[in-house]
Amino acid sequence: MIWGYTIAQVALACAAGLICVISGLAGRKPNDPSLGSLVLVELALIAQLVIAIIAPGLGNQPVGSVPEFYVYLISALLIPPLAVFWALIERTRWSSVVLGVAAFAIAVMVFRMQQIWGLG
Amino acid sequence: MSEHSPEPDPASAAKVSARGGAGVGRVLVAVYAVLAIAATGRSVFQIIDRFSEAPVAFALSAFSGVVYIVATIALGARLRGLAWVTISIELIGVLVVGTLSLVAPAALGLDSIDPFGRESTVWSAYGAGYLLVPLVLPVLGLLYLWRSGRAPAASGTSPSEVATSSPKA
Repeated sequence: MIWGYTIAQVALACAAGLICVISGLAGRKPNDPSLGSLVLVELALIAQLVIAIIAPGLGNQPVGSVPEFYVYLISALLIPPLAVFWALIERTRWSSVVLGVAAFAIAVMVFRMQQIWGLG
Repeated sequence: MSEHSPEPDPASAAKVSARGGAGVGRVLVAVYAVLAIAATGRSVFQIIDRFSEAPVAFALSAFSGVVYIVATIALGARLRGLAWVTISIELIGVLVVGTLSLVAPAALGLDSIDPFGRESTVWSAYGAGYLLVPLVLPVLGLLYLWRSGRAPAASGTSPSEVATSSPKA
């Protein structure tokens, strides 16, 4: 993993979380900004997966457990699609808050992934 | 283009407003789902990878994961009785295990009390490794169950009141 990218990704996920939670509390149903922010979070995770596959070959070796890292990464990859799916089925303001919860969960999981990969 | 686009009728509008409380419940279901994944995923990994290091703690962690899964389903399917039981177990669990992990970590077979460490479980140090969500969530869950259970009784007007007040108008 790359520290700078991880920080950017956590910041992106937190921003998406704030957008969605505020949008939901303001009474908005899931809309383009909230759904779009989750799509960005998912794309950033896919990029992280590519980085994780390539990095060891370039000398960026994980310090911690590789399977544990991938348990987090694969679970994280599943969360935004599930949240968007939920938001499309149940079109209420609370689904916007659910999108935000998913985004914040991704922020925490990406941070945990960096901890496992190594904070060095 | 069809002119039959349905206007929101009063009955469905009333249904939507009555579901306001249920809406918050949906957020609760989502948070529970995330915690269920987090607790179960982590404990399964710990049990496969290093069960011998702290068997009691990891077994408790797996148990908590199962409880979170059942609680998520109970809240989602509005099985109130099951939700009361599972969320109560969570509150008791996080208080008892959280206290033990700080006061007597050896009782759980823990060498360290670091809530972010490799032996940390979902209930260690009151769930500090999960931003205290495991401590806050059961309280919110029980409050939600209590309030949503009271809501129908509070909103209903008693027939005698209607009977006595209507002739005056």
